[in-house]
Amino acid sequence: MTGRGPGTIIGFPHKRKLVTSIKLFLFFCLSDVSCNSVAQKIYVELNNTVPCVRLLNATHQIGCQSSISGDTGVIHVLESEADLEWPLSKGPNPPYMVLLESSLFTKSIMMKMKNASSRVAGVVVVPKTSPPEFSPHTTCPNENTGVYTETYDHNLAHCNTTVWNPRGNGLSYEEFDFPVFSLKEDNETEVIKQCYFDHNRVVNGSGLQYPLCAMQLFSHMHAVTDTATCMRRSSMDFSTSPVMVCDPLGGYNVCAFIRPYNSTAFGHKENESVVIAAARLDSKAFFLEDSTGAEGSVSGFVTLLAAAQALCEATQEAPRTRNILFAFFHGEVFDYIGSSRMVYDMKNNMFVIDLDNVHSILEIGQVAVRSGTNLFLHSDPVSRRNNTVHDEVRGSEMLLFVAHFSQPLPPSSFQRFLRARAIPGIVLADHQTDFNNRYYESFYDNAAHLNLTYPSNLSPEEQLEFVTDTAKVTQMLYGFLVRSNNSWFQAVMAPELKDILQPNPPQYYVGVAKSSHQANALTYLVQYLLANLTGTATNLTQSQCKKPDELPNESTYLYSYLWVQGMVPPNSTQRESFCVRTAVRLVKAVSPAFDLGDYVSKEYSTWTKSQWKFIKARIFLVASRDLEMLTLGVGVAVLFTSLLVTYFVSTKADVLFSSVREPNNAAY
Amino acid sequence: MTASVFFGCTFIAFGPAIALFLFTIARDPLRVIFLIAGAFFWLCSLLLSSLVWFITVQISNKESSSQQKGLLIFGVVLSVLLQETCRFGYYKLLKKANEGLLMLSAEETMPISIRQLAYVSGLGFGFMSGAFSMVNILADSVGPGTIGIHGDSQHYFLSSAFMTMAIILLHMFWGVVFFDSCEKQHWWSLAVVVISHLLVSCLTFQNPQYVGSLVPTYIIVFLVGLWAFFCSGGSLRNLKLCLTCKDKDFLLANHRPR
Repeated sequence: MTGRGPGTIIGFPHKRKLVTSIKLFLFFCLSDVSCNSVAQKIYVELNNTVPCVRLLNATHQIGCQSSISGDTGVIHVLESEADLEWPLSKGPNPPYMVLLESSLFTKSIMMKMKNASSRVAGVVVVPKTSPPEFSPHTTCPNENTGVYTETYDHNLAHCNTTVWNPRGNGLSYEEFDFPVFSLKEDNETEVIKQCYFDHNRVVNGSGLQYPLCAMQLFSHMHAVTDTATCMRRSSMDFSTSPVMVCDPLGGYNVCAFIRPYNSTAFGHKENESVVIAAARLDSKAFFLEDSTGAEGSVSGFVTLLAAAQALCEATQEAPRTRNILFAFFHGEVFDYIGSSRMVYDMKNNMFVIDLDNVHSILEIGQVAVRSGTNLFLHSDPVSRRNNTVHDEVRGSEMLLFVAHFSQPLPPSSFQRFLRARAIPGIVLADHQTDFNNRYYESFYDNAAHLNLTYPSNLSPEEQLEFVTDTAKVTQMLYGFLVRSNNSWFQAVMAPELKDILQPNPPQYYVGVAKSSHQANALTYLVQYLLANLTGTATNLTQSQCKKPDELPNESTYLYSYLWVQGMVPPNSTQRESFCVRTAVRLVKAVSPAFDLGDYVSKEYSTWTKSQWKFIKARIFLVASRDLEMLTLGVGVAVLFTSLLVTYFVSTKADVLFSSVREPNNAAY
Repeated sequence: MTASVFFGCTFIAFGPAIALFLFTIARDPLRVIFLIAGAFFWLCSLLLSSLVWFITVQISNKESSSQQKGLLIFGVVLSVLLQETCRFGYYKLLKKANEGLLMLSAEETMPISIRQLAYVSGLGFGFMSGAFSMVNILADSVGPGTIGIHGDSQHYFLSSAFMTMAIILLHMFWGVVFFDSCEKQHWWSLAVVVISHLLVSCLTFQNPQYVGSLVPTYIIVFLVGLWAFFCSGGSLRNLKLCLTCKDKDFLLANHRPR
């Protein structure tokens, strides 16, 4: 047995280091962690990574893809755009893994690397300071699924009159055939930079010395080409549990009527006139899991939540003839998934009201980045050519600035309703022509963008209570943009859902439509918050809350009953949970294209997300090719030599190993 | 590192063993059986020593570094002693089996001599020991990375392969010498075998100064190899005869019927 027991494999020059590593190794071995000390000495796994994944629609695939056994490249930290020459042409050890800081994550650099993708193994982005402006979305968001098509009005289609997002560079909609990852700025990034400075820096202009520091990224995506192809491949498996290669995007819309209807009676309601107050829930970024959406979506729906609370209180005292539907649409970034679904349901009598019941629509768009107190009112010039529509809209132009008469609507859910029927409506926004949002649909559209800062010496609870005039709105902004795990959100959530509250803001990316009745964290937050703000607390017990139909005055046709945690009273630790009666419902928001089976639809959203097996990243050192070939050469030489010697010895074995017998009569 | 390193290290570590197996053992099924039985006996010794190691580590103080180092040395010494004990046990078993085989077989002479058994069992020990030393390392050498990111030496795979080759050869030589000294009741040469085994194992504590552990090990390989050569009936005269191609005359001379 060699001394190569567990410790000596690690062997360090100094005894103390040897023994520390023995300790570490033993600790890992005996604590049921996967015990492979050799692999631990080679690789450093990176855990805090966010990948760029592949999305598909009717015609394209966008996003990033790695090869199935990962992409390996020598790390190169990019210092400026001119430094790009090294990985693209001058560097002697391709392929390279390029490490960028956020200021260099621009379209021109990414496109140069895309064109030289044989020398680029992947890109890693380290987000640091916000650049002055950055929007990876297109310049004309949702241009093909809005209302402005060639047939509707030729002059307004394709953003001919107003380009809404002029800073957009379309980076999110490009296709890269190398992996692109994002790292959080923390210890792992320091390890990578240390490894780079130790091994990969060019010394005195001479070549680099092996071994070099390299990184390997795994993000192999299963789906290719477009949605129709991947849906066809998904259903080709004839076994009982089909293997899906891609999943449609979707979620749930959150809807609440001020005066609820029987939820089982679909279709037209006689003599009912409903005003729809709409806002958008979701947003996206280049790295989907890092989606924040402060100005893009949070500003809109938080405003609508506050308005819902105020209006509900007002109509309690003075009920009105017209009903109001508060609709929070999900999936709007991906070609209006939520609103197109609602319009489709209304047209096909699958919703409690239909389009004839809709009197008008008010939508709250991006309202947070305002110069002064200006708020603008946008309307659709084509439908305003109809006099009744025009009169309705004129009536609302009171205290606000009005956008130019011939300017089209900004991208909004209202456009999907207009596609079906000319309904009067307005969209409120903080911009008169193009967006004020310099970070539209990007990672930098966060709390800092809205100047939502707190003095650093406040605890989370103090930050929650750090109010200005409108207490509820700032508390909501805190919960949605800084920290969702706070006492108010804890009080309004259901006990079984309290784990979705994290010390971070929630994810705003819509995600895939799950087959079970599970929504994502943002949907539940908005649902329970709306229930708290517009519903009424009841005296029902927990078991009654589950089955309220047995009670005389309660009805699950009209209301939904939610058991929520409640506040913790000052002198106790038990929460005072109670049952909320609310008209809030979750309505499925999956694109009608998937129900109709029309995966090449130009009418509805066809976005899907690819599936993958695993996504990981790791760094290690690579040896020179010469050393590897030398090892192989030595091995082959040893093998041949031993074969020859053994053959020689075995054929001469009789002679070599005979016992020595001196012949009496000498041989001659 | 890559496939080339994987194959290079495999050939270095197991090249001599494969060559020996192909040319001397593979043709004779009886030798194959004894080879595998020898490997099994080595595995038994490993099982026993790892049991003892596991128990002692659990009851030891995991924080104390000197205790852990002492435990490691103790583990190494115990494992060497257990291996040699199993080798002795295998020798006893083979003696008994040989008598039984002789009774069963139709021929008058033994189908396999004790000297051949010594060689085969030593090679079996070597195979299994080499496999346990090397397979884990080979599995990791296939990946794209090499050792070094935490500051260790780059030559780990190569030196492990050379060490394994030395160990396999040593086990074979030790088997021959061990059985021969047991036959001739030379207990002092038995002790030298055990001491040289301990010496080689303790030399590995020199790692990562691979030169400090590999060079003395190969010197020991050469010396023990020479000793095994002389034990198994070789001599300088035979070697000279073979090398100068006068062996045919010698054979004719020796097999002249009397």
